[in-house]
Amino acid sequence: MSQSYNRGLIEDFGRWREFSAGMWAWVFHKFTGWVLVGYLFTHIAVLSTALQSPDAYTTTIQSLESLLVVRILEVGLLSVAVFHILNGLRLLFVDLGVGLEAQDKSFYASLLLTGAIAVASVPTFLAGVFG
Amino acid sequence: MAERYSSFEAGGRRWLWQRITAAFLVVVLAFHFFLLHFVNHADEVTFAMSQARMQELTYFSLMILFLLTATFHGVNGVYNALINQGLTGSRKTAVKLVLVVASAVVIVQGVRTALAWAGGVPI
Repeated sequence: MSQSYNRGLIEDFGRWREFSAGMWAWVFHKFTGWVLVGYLFTHIAVLSTALQSPDAYTTTIQSLESLLVVRILEVGLLSVAVFHILNGLRLLFVDLGVGLEAQDKSFYASLLLTGAIAVASVPTFLAGVFG
Repeated sequence: MAERYSSFEAGGRRWLWQRITAAFLVVVLAFHFFLLHFVNHADEVTFAMSQARMQELTYFSLMILFLLTATFHGVNGVYNALINQGLTGSRKTAVKLVLVVASAVVIVQGVRTALAWAGGVPI
């Protein structure tokens, strides 16, 4: 017999003020997942310019990389990917029954580490775009 | 009583494959980002540089496996998210069909691009 639960408590985004750490982790994992799968399709589309000609590919990538907005979006993409990776590791451990009692702390650690890596990556991502 | 919407199927293998691909992608996505943004810089990308990497069988195979696992993990994640929001019946079947076709398109396009870089399978 399947177990029932009150969906109003856990999947209603309108009740975000009542969300606990685990619920925010679920929301962020879902959001970052949607962004990453959307990016996968965009990424393959952009790389496909290599099918036209070597020049079309090189010009497309270098034109995109010359735009400040693209560089900023790349920092965003890195942040999204790092959070999804770190929280994904947290989920894999929880699935294995490891660290369940500290799942809120590991969520906060994922957020902090994501923030630190994103900030540290800014000089690399913005290098040369103003020059 | 609230209804139960779960993407988990007893006896199904999608749950397990979502985790197996996750464990693989954690490493390969981090490697991909590190190599193409921190070791090599994205603004220095040229066709010739991508070609040189893809002509190595190890790198080529890793990227094909990356494409396959990322597509499965991402599209299966979307399917699960929609089921968790209450997708059922014929709409569920239609969404499944669309997602399978979209996956096939992105995989075919990705493999074609990889082959264009490498000039065929690099063996």
